[in-house]
Amino acid sequence: MDKIRALIVDDSSVMRKIVERSLRQAGIELEKVVEASNGAEALAALQSNVVDLILCDINMPVMDGLEFVRQVATVESAKGVPIVMITTEGSESHVVQALSAGARGYIRKPFTPDQVKEHVLPVLGKKP
Amino acid sequence: MNTDTSFVTRSHEENWLPILELAVEEVFEIMLGSRVKPVAQSEHTPNEEFTAMIGLAGSLCGILTVCCDAKTAGQVAKSMLGDTAKSEEEIADALGEICNMIAGNFKNKLAGTDERCMLSVPSVISGGEYSLHSLADGSSIETILLFEGAPVVVRLQLKH
Repeated sequence: MDKIRALIVDDSSVMRKIVERSLRQAGIELEKVVEASNGAEALAALQSNVVDLILCDINMPVMDGLEFVRQVATVESAKGVPIVMITTEGSESHVVQALSAGARGYIRKPFTPDQVKEHVLPVLGKKP
Repeated sequence: MNTDTSFVTRSHEENWLPILELAVEEVFEIMLGSRVKPVAQSEHTPNEEFTAMIGLAGSLCGILTVCCDAKTAGQVAKSMLGDTAKSEEEIADALGEICNMIAGNFKNKLAGTDERCMLSVPSVISGGEYSLHSLADGSSIETILLFEGAPVVVRLQLKH
């Protein structure tokens, strides 16, 4: 698999590190990891970084993950970039809102590296 | 589901303690690789030097806290991050995320509550010399578990 550039959006730096580690454990080689602690920071990061994958929490201050997903559609360089939500919000309505807004995958916290592999590889066009 | 029934009444009628215990056990096993079980409260009185808390609002209203001593909070961070977890900021972040995941996992298990219950972002207090005065003063459900041999208290305080 080619190395990818990932944007990880979570207000917890600990969770950002765990998500990055889970991607590596899933066998995904990372060329670059860009981090943001909320949706607004992530949108700003996309102005100066091209990425191949976005992993995003929902409950965050300033701008939550659902609003971020909606606004990503307006960022030219991020159009078509797969977004996978990683969140404690587990309700069907949150899943539906996220997928309707443009997310391609949904992982509930707590999660295992295998779940990351199962949900992320398909959106990158790979078999889990 | 009758939303007019108080949370305290529901917590008794639906016996939420085992659900909270299961939510805690799953988070510790999946995120920390540690199998934990509830222990008798009278035998273990933790030194609450770190307290992570998260608010719940909407169809379930209250506050969930996770308390432990400083050494145990450090062990939680170490289990999540490996030996790289050193600063108090990282330790607080790790404990806050554990609290967040327990709260989310718990509400996801309550029928009819999940979609209409919102979580705040977690906050963490370090230092034991404080008093918590919560509007969620109706009743509390509490479980104590041993992690690395030390007690961790998970407490859900509900608003009437």
